[in-house]
Amino acid sequence: MGESLIRAIDGVSLTIEPGEFVALLGQSGSGKSTLLNLLAGLDRPTSGSVVVHDRDLAKMSSEELARYRRNDVGMVFQAFHLIPSMTITENVDLPMRFAEVDRAERVQRSRESLERVGLSKRMEHRPSQLSGGEQQRVSLARALVNRPPLLLADEPTGNLDSRTGEDILNLIRDISLSLGMTVVMVTHERVLAERFAQRLIFLADGKLVTEEVRA
Amino acid sequence: MKGYDLLQLAVRNLRQSKLRNGLTTVGISVGVASLVAMLSLGVGLQQMATRRLAGSGLFDTVFVTSRQDFRGFDREDDAKNPHPEQAPVLDEPARVRITKLTNVTEVEPEIRVMGEVVSGGETHFGFVTGLPMSARENEAFDNLKGKFFSGNDADEAILLTDFAKELSPKNPSEVIGQDITLRYGERQALAPEQSDQPQMAGGENNASAGGSNGDDFGFSVVRKLQKLRVVGLIDAEPYGGMRTVSRGRIFLPVGATERLNMAQFTDMRSSLRGASGKSYMTLTVRVKDPGKVAAVQDAINRMGYRTFSVLDATKSLRRFFTVLDLFLGIFGSLALAVATLAIINTLVMAVLERRREIGVMKAIGASDLDVKKLFFTEAGAMGFFGGVLGIVLGFAIGKAINIGTGIYLHRHQLPAEAVWTMPGWLVGAAIAFSIVVSLLAGLYPASRAARLDPVQTLKYE
Repeated sequence: MGESLIRAIDGVSLTIEPGEFVALLGQSGSGKSTLLNLLAGLDRPTSGSVVVHDRDLAKMSSEELARYRRNDVGMVFQAFHLIPSMTITENVDLPMRFAEVDRAERVQRSRESLERVGLSKRMEHRPSQLSGGEQQRVSLARALVNRPPLLLADEPTGNLDSRTGEDILNLIRDISLSLGMTVVMVTHERVLAERFAQRLIFLADGKLVTEEVRA
Repeated sequence: MKGYDLLQLAVRNLRQSKLRNGLTTVGISVGVASLVAMLSLGVGLQQMATRRLAGSGLFDTVFVTSRQDFRGFDREDDAKNPHPEQAPVLDEPARVRITKLTNVTEVEPEIRVMGEVVSGGETHFGFVTGLPMSARENEAFDNLKGKFFSGNDADEAILLTDFAKELSPKNPSEVIGQDITLRYGERQALAPEQSDQPQMAGGENNASAGGSNGDDFGFSVVRKLQKLRVVGLIDAEPYGGMRTVSRGRIFLPVGATERLNMAQFTDMRSSLRGASGKSYMTLTVRVKDPGKVAAVQDAINRMGYRTFSVLDATKSLRRFFTVLDLFLGIFGSLALAVATLAIINTLVMAVLERRREIGVMKAIGASDLDVKKLFFTEAGAMGFFGGVLGIVLGFAIGKAINIGTGIYLHRHQLPAEAVWTMPGWLVGAAIAFSIVVSLLAGLYPASRAARLDPVQTLKYE
């Protein structure tokens, strides 16, 4: 189609400390989602590097990236992205299947994970039987089940009303604190970001504009 | 992902769109069924032909003679063996050795003598023939009235129906179960002192010749009477009348004819030979199946005897059936080729439909290989179920063919015949083939699924 190369992320240099809760803010098209996808190992930079735990994602093979996504990253999406044909338990179970966790341990870990997000009573339901907030909790349980050190959230409150959104973010912050998890969240809701994140990073046209550290 | 998890996930995915995947599976099964039905028809026809040939008793039999005898029938063989007098004699030890060869099931001499049946003050002439127990399988005995011999040594006779008509013109069947008296010539050894003065002018029941046998000094032929129980009647001579032993009207178990020591025409030949011990003119060696005839023939040739079989006919028959099987297989495969397209179509549709799901799986840790394997397994599972269903369907088609031909043959007053046979190996091979074909069909959709870019598929729409 002869597209010209669009630099979704251009010259962004950023360091995130372990256990930090960082919010990426910006207009749509500012490159914040692309940055998140780079961190998730779903996308590769055309140049430069993404170093997570001393490993450069840009140099990994697709198989290594898959292993990285499986073991080091948990992802939460705006649209939840649960598999509609599977029950809640099966959805949470899925990442462990890819990680080849033993069956007995999988059952245990799914339950633990669902308990952590407060959904232990609806394990055999399908996603369509749950409310948006509940679906996002399932999505969070799924992201946690392989015990990754890094949680990436792409507009996690975008499909939720403000009250439910807050609940979810509270949950994410609690989990982050109790498990020592690093959280990177993309959002365009500045108020929420200011309330929950320790650091706010503003992007525009693929470039880092300002950084704001909160107490 | 572990194999079991993969399989479970694949079957679960297939069940998500039951109608589409079900129809595709039925498509595969129709393909497999047509292939199986065609190949089974080929196998069945081949078996039927082989059965017919085996029934004729000609194609699984090797005729063995000594090179001392029957010179001039095979010039090539004669040229290779210029000293017939040195060739080994076909005697009892040779018979034992041949019996011990692999794939040999039966070794019997050919015995055919003249005899007379005395009944109601009349005598009826007929050739008396010794039949081996294996003759029961011959098609001539398909319509046997009464029973077959109870043993190889029994004093029993089976008569040609025509001969029974001579004995009992009104109702030949009533001969069955009756005793008849057979008059025949017995070969009796001469005492040593008699051998030097052959009695050329024998009495009515005595002829003699100087020569050999277990009776080293010659033998005389003595008229004997033997009571026999008629156990059965047959309409036609066994082996289609094409073998020496089949030409007769009175049949005895070959063991009984040997025990009775019936004098044969060919005894004259052995009486001239001057060698000692009992010898046979012709031994008929039955081989387990026609395919093994050549090997047995070779082995007997190496022992120094002349052999004969109707082998070439089976060779060209096998070639014919190989070609037939090939063509049937090609026609049968056409439906499977169509089914393959159906699998590709179904899976490509599934990839399109499950784009987001594939993206999610990748985002939560599935590798390209995991995705590829998943679609591959789905294809394989459809192949497996299609194969199993196809076997069942093919079996039903085959049964229908058999019933159909059975009715047709019955209308033409012919005995029913299984023209369609599904051998065990075909069941396994068909399922395996179905799986392999499905996997091949899954190659493209699976790699297409694996190549999907998760970022694209997960974009919020």
